[in-house]
Amino acid sequence: MAESIIELQSVNKWYGEFHVLRNINLNVRKGERIVICGPSGSGKSTMIRCINRLEEHQKGHILVDGTELTNDLKNIDAIRREVGMVFQHFNLFPHLTVLENLTLGPIWVLKKPKAEAEETAMKYLNRVRIPEQANKYPGQLSGGQQQRVAIARSLCMNPKIMLFDEPTSALDPEMVKEVLDVMIGLAQEGGMTMLCVTHEMGFARKVADRVIFMDRGEIIEQNTPEEFFSNPQNERTQLFLSQILH
Amino acid sequence: MTTASESLPPPTASTGPIAWVKERLFSSPLNTILTVLSVWIVLMSLPPFIEWALIKASFTASTSQECRASGGACWAFIGQKYRLMLFGLYPYDEQWRPLIAAIVMIAMIIVSTVQRFWNISLLFIWVGGLAVVAILMWGGIFGLRYVEDTQWGGLPLTLILSTFGIALAFPFGILLALGRRSKMPAIKTLCVLYIELIRGVPLISMLFMSSVMLPLFLPEGFSIDKLLRAQIAIIMFAAAYLAEVVRGGLQAIPKGQYEGADSLGLSYGQKMSFIILPQALKIVIPPLCSLFIAVFKDTSLVVIIGIYDLMQSTKVALTDPAWRGFSIEAYVFVSAIYFIFCYGMSKYSQNLEVRLATGHKR
Repeated sequence: MAESIIELQSVNKWYGEFHVLRNINLNVRKGERIVICGPSGSGKSTMIRCINRLEEHQKGHILVDGTELTNDLKNIDAIRREVGMVFQHFNLFPHLTVLENLTLGPIWVLKKPKAEAEETAMKYLNRVRIPEQANKYPGQLSGGQQQRVAIARSLCMNPKIMLFDEPTSALDPEMVKEVLDVMIGLAQEGGMTMLCVTHEMGFARKVADRVIFMDRGEIIEQNTPEEFFSNPQNERTQLFLSQILH
Repeated sequence: MTTASESLPPPTASTGPIAWVKERLFSSPLNTILTVLSVWIVLMSLPPFIEWALIKASFTASTSQECRASGGACWAFIGQKYRLMLFGLYPYDEQWRPLIAAIVMIAMIIVSTVQRFWNISLLFIWVGGLAVVAILMWGGIFGLRYVEDTQWGGLPLTLILSTFGIALAFPFGILLALGRRSKMPAIKTLCVLYIELIRGVPLISMLFMSSVMLPLFLPEGFSIDKLLRAQIAIIMFAAAYLAEVVRGGLQAIPKGQYEGADSLGLSYGQKMSFIILPQALKIVIPPLCSLFIAVFKDTSLVVIIGIYDLMQSTKVALTDPAWRGFSIEAYVFVSAIYFIFCYGMSKYSQNLEVRLATGHKR
């Protein structure tokens, strides 16, 4: 078994009185591709947002690539450099062009020269198949294009881990595929550790090594996609699957 | 039939001038009444004003009696007194110096509005320009006579007070706004206290305090220049208001922008200067412009501590016994000067809004 790159040990989190993460234990191996699903409010987004400290956990330990997440800003910065994130609402910077969106991190965080950063940016724009949009502003692109730019922006930072937080939920139906295709390509290439919160079960079947089902702040069940879909153990999983797989 | 149907041109606008007038000015009884009323007001007020300001006006009279006989505006008064109004008590023979200084200041401001100069060269332009202004105004070197700043006055003084007031209050106000949103309780409390205290006090009383009370607290023999004290009071005052305007902009930025920046590993400073502030400031351009206009006009309150800005120099010009009773002309003249600057700022801010609009429209 390969070494683990992310470890969550008895992680707990509350929003006020609401216990949103209950005793989460999770080990992610290097290069593993995980799909996390579950009803809304089950804490799946909160869990992956804890991994790059967009949310703070209150109990337990989170280790990313051997570094523990604490209040130490140095650790947080180090971890964020290794972890890319793609958001439901893209979170592109609307006042910067696509190319500037892609080069900002590499230039200021990785201290790369501008020319090199632009070259890398164009490489990834080619990879998400929209190099011709480099000098437009995000507001001029369609939702699917924006999300592909957002994926490219994360890749430009050369992360070891990619977190996807419902990357297709805010898209019009006809644009879901173009984003999924990019994600599938990324997954099939291998090497990248991916955690993806999504309800795209086709994507899970195709590329996931493991599917995790969460409900009410707990990990209820995890299994390989084949087992998970054909033979769900827990009745909450069965109920959830019956609702989303018509 | 598989081809898409041809796209048609939009229907041509069929309204001629008469239709336009009917539609826009007389479309309903209320609209008709408002139109008639507006036209009536313009007809009632405009001809008398033109008669007073232009037709019956006297431009060349050499005495006030001659001027008054014409029955209209006495612009000759401005011709007699414009140097006092524009330059205050600055020594008469040396008034070319504040004139050039004012031109340099205005030139620097205009250069700063051009996007092409928004780089490091602007810093050098300002440092160089301000050195020129300081040398011209104070003198004392290059064979220029030394002129104490208590003798400065008029338009150059107004420009100096408002330019520095705005330029220095801007960064200070941004820091206060960021401080007020800080998670560190000490910094947050300090910023809130500062903003609320300063906003709760009229500018006049701050100027008065800086002029009268501050020296009481300073050790004996130690004094800060009166003009500098007024300048500091204006900066402190403007910064508090600016902080709240900027905070409004910061609050309008969606959380996702912060998270996007965080997820890239940008530091707090980088996140604020590259992502958050550029967007926040763009949103608050209209209220910022209002604030700058207000600061520009509020500099006239320095009269309270005996500084001869544009407004006060005008009042002095009116006290000449040989030219009594031309306050309307004088104030129209000064108002026109204030208006030109304020309207310029307003126009520029509108232009900037259009120019910086990128993201939100498709």
